[in-house]
Amino acid sequence: MSKFPDNVKYASSHEWIRVDDDGIGTVGISDHAQDALGDIVFVELPEPGTIVNARDEVAVVESVKAASDIYSPVSGEIIEVNDALLDAPETVNNTPYDDGWFYKIELSEEGELDELMDAEAYAEHCDDD
Amino acid sequence: MGQQTALYQKHIDAGAKMVDFAGWDMPINYGSQIEEHQQVRTHAGVFDVSHMTVVDISGDDATKYLQNLLANDVAKLDSPGRALYSAMLNYEGGVVDDLIVYRMQSGYRLVVNCATRKKDLIWMAKQSSGFSVAIEERPRLAILAVHGPEAIALTCSVLSKEQAQAVAELGNFRGVELDEWFIARTGYTGEKGLEVILPEDQAPALWDKLMQAGAKPVGLGARDTLRLEAGMNLYGHDMDENVSPLAANMDLSIAWEPEERDFIGREAITIHRKLQADGALPELTGLVLESRGVLREGLRVVTDRGEGVITSGSFSPTLKHSIALARIPVNSRTCQVELRGELTPVRIVKPNFVRFGKKVFE
Repeated sequence: MSKFPDNVKYASSHEWIRVDDDGIGTVGISDHAQDALGDIVFVELPEPGTIVNARDEVAVVESVKAASDIYSPVSGEIIEVNDALLDAPETVNNTPYDDGWFYKIELSEEGELDELMDAEAYAEHCDDD
Repeated sequence: MGQQTALYQKHIDAGAKMVDFAGWDMPINYGSQIEEHQQVRTHAGVFDVSHMTVVDISGDDATKYLQNLLANDVAKLDSPGRALYSAMLNYEGGVVDDLIVYRMQSGYRLVVNCATRKKDLIWMAKQSSGFSVAIEERPRLAILAVHGPEAIALTCSVLSKEQAQAVAELGNFRGVELDEWFIARTGYTGEKGLEVILPEDQAPALWDKLMQAGAKPVGLGARDTLRLEAGMNLYGHDMDENVSPLAANMDLSIAWEPEERDFIGREAITIHRKLQADGALPELTGLVLESRGVLREGLRVVTDRGEGVITSGSFSPTLKHSIALARIPVNSRTCQVELRGELTPVRIVKPNFVRFGKKVFE
C-alpha cells in the first residue's frame, strides 16, 4: 500500500510539497508515483535560480518503464536542488518523502497551496487513477 | 481478471505487482526490477513462464512437417533432449513467431510465445494438411525458468537424485525427460540456467523448494532487461509478420542447407538474402547511450545512411546506462537517436551486450 503522509500537500500530477515555517517549500513525487514508475534510473533537475510557474515542467524522471515530466505544484524561485539524486536516483523509490526530495522553492503565491490536495483527497484521487 | 498460472498464489504471497500480459495475470516485479535483474546476474532467480504455450508434435510425419514449418532444420536434433531456436515464417518471409523446439523421446515439443498462441495454433493446424501429425497443446504444464550463475547447482539440490544427476551432465541447449518432467539448459537471460516444464499441480512445490534453497522470484520486468542485455529478440517488438528474419538478426537460425529442403517462406527470404547482399536490407543492431537518458522502443534513429527505429530499449542494470536494439540501414557509421526532441549521438555495437554477467561489446 502506498503511503500518504498528511504533513504534505499533493498535486493531481503526483508531486508533493511541504512548506516549512520559513515559507520554503520542498517538492518531491509521491509514494504512489514512484511505485507506478518502477525503479528510477535517472533524474534531471532544474537549475537553482529558475523562476517557475505552477504546473511548469521542472524535472524529468526516467524509470525502467518510462520517462515522466515532473510539474511544479507552485510558482516561485527554485533555490536548491537535491544533487544526491543524480548519482542515487533509487533514493526516490526508497524514501520519496524524505531523502528523495527534488528541489526547494521560495513560493511567490502562497494561495496556490489551497488548490492542492490533502492526504485524504489525494489517496482518493490515486484510487480513481 | 485474467488467466492465472498454477503459481498465481505464490506470486501474491511473494508481494508481486501483477499486470495483464496478453490476458494473463503475471508478476511484473516483486518490489524492485533492478534488484531482481541483479539477482539473476549474480546468484539465481526463478521466473514463472507458464503462460507460454507448449505444443507437442507427434506422428509419422512429425519431422517432415516441422522441416516444412520452420526456418531452422529439426534434422539437426539428432538425439532426444536437443533444442533448436527457430523462426516460423509466413510465405512472404515475415516472422509468424519465434520458438524453441525440443526433440523428445517421441516426437517434438515446441514452446511458442503466449501473445501469439491463437494465431500460431491456427497457422500450425493449417500447415499440417497432408502430413500425418498430431498437434497437441499442453495447457496443464507449468514452466519454471531458473537462471543465474548458481541456478543449476541450486536446482540440482532440490531435484530427485536421478534428475539431479541427469541435469548435472546436460550441455547447453540440451534437455532430459524424467518422469513427467522435462528439464533443459535453455533460457532467455544470457546466464546459465534451466527451464523446467512440469505438470502444473507439481509446480508450487518446486517453487517452494527453490525459494527455500535460496533462489529469489523474478518478474517479467527483469526478464525483459535481461533478454535485452543478452541481445535476444522479443516477438512483436524486434520482429513480427512484416519483418524478414534477415532484418532481425536471426540469420543464424535459418538452415539454408540442405538446399532441397523447402520450408515456408524460403522463396521470400531467398530474395531478402539477395537484397541483404546488395546492402538493401536493414539490419537489427545494438545501440549504446553512455550519457544520461533512456532509449525507448519506437524512437526515431538517424544514421549517415538513412533512418531507422528502436525496436527495444531500456536501462541496462548491469552496465548502468541505456542500451537498445534498433533496425537501421546497413553499414551505418554514425547514429543519433531523437531523445526528448533532441538528436543525441549513440554508438552502434553488435546486438549482444552482456553474457554471464559481463559486458561483451567493444
